Amino acid sequence: MNCTEFLANLTDYFDAQTATALRSELEQHMAGCEHCTVTLNTTRQTIEIYRNKELFELPESIHERLRQAVLSKCAAKMKRQKLKQS
Amino acid sequence: MRQPERPHSPMPTAVNTEEEPQVHPDLELVARVKTGDLAAFEKLMRQYERQIFRISLQITQNREDAEDIVQDTFFKAFQKIDQFQGNSKFYTWLVRIAVNESLMRLRKRKAQKTVSMDEEIQTDEGSIPRDFADWMPNPEQNYNQAELAEILRRTIQGLPPGFRTVFVLRDIDGLSTEETAQALKLSVPAVKSRLLRARLQLRERLSRYFRVPSGELA
Ligand SMILES: [Zn+2]
Repeated sequence: MNCTEFLANLTDYFDAQTATALRSELEQHMAGCEHCTVTLNTTRQTIEIYRNKELFELPESIHERLRQAVLSKCAAKMKRQKLKQS
Repeated sequence: MRQPERPHSPMPTAVNTEEEPQVHPDLELVARVKTGDLAAFEKLMRQYERQIFRISLQITQNREDAEDIVQDTFFKAFQKIDQFQGNSKFYTWLVRIAVNESLMRLRKRKAQKTVSMDEEIQTDEGSIPRDFADWMPNPEQNYNQAELAEILRRTIQGLPPGFRTVFVLRDIDGLSTEETAQALKLSVPAVKSRLLRARLQLRERLSRYFRVPSGELA
């Protein structure tokens, strides 16, 4: 296995969808290739860092405002529909 | 008062144990919404508004847009609730609406700036690893919260929207590959290839900040 083939299988490797045979081929490649080892580890860290960092959280008061706005639009829509039906 | 988050799909070595519950509680709520029950709809909103906001924010990188998108997404979902047949999870269906709304906003902003839409094409740049320096242990701890947020924001903003969206749904929000494909109307192989390139491009860019400092100048 060369580095290009290794990269092509990286996503499946992360997602644990790799057949055992292929998996051991990938691990064998890593054992002899520092570049691919670094690429795999730092890619994993990239995902973890993004996953763990909450970018920005809206305060509950704003969610409340958005929710009320949507619900009143929904209520108005239902009213219009009822008028049409009657 | 945080709502319980959906569990992230575990990585990297987890085995998928798919045991579907009999009837997803969302489906009962949806059925009630179809009969005009607004309280049921409010429940669904409370359950998913934070995730929808986060996805929209990650895709648009703009807070006001993301707030608008939350409103538009849920109102659209309410209007179209009869079209939801339960073939996918309600959440996946909702995400699809939010992604469409987000991309529409991005296009609008772009149109204002008269930038070409060919971004999808020139996307392989950075997909082939060049930086093989290892990273510092816990590299994110070398920055304060605000610096780190800025680095992550800038870095993900540099991705083409088509890649960013896949990364946000799959890796940040934790949808499965299949759910991501459903939400984006892409094939599974297309999701996988975009995801790989998104991950590699982000890694390459973050490496500038997180690599072990070496004697040589970067
Ligand atoms: Zn290699």
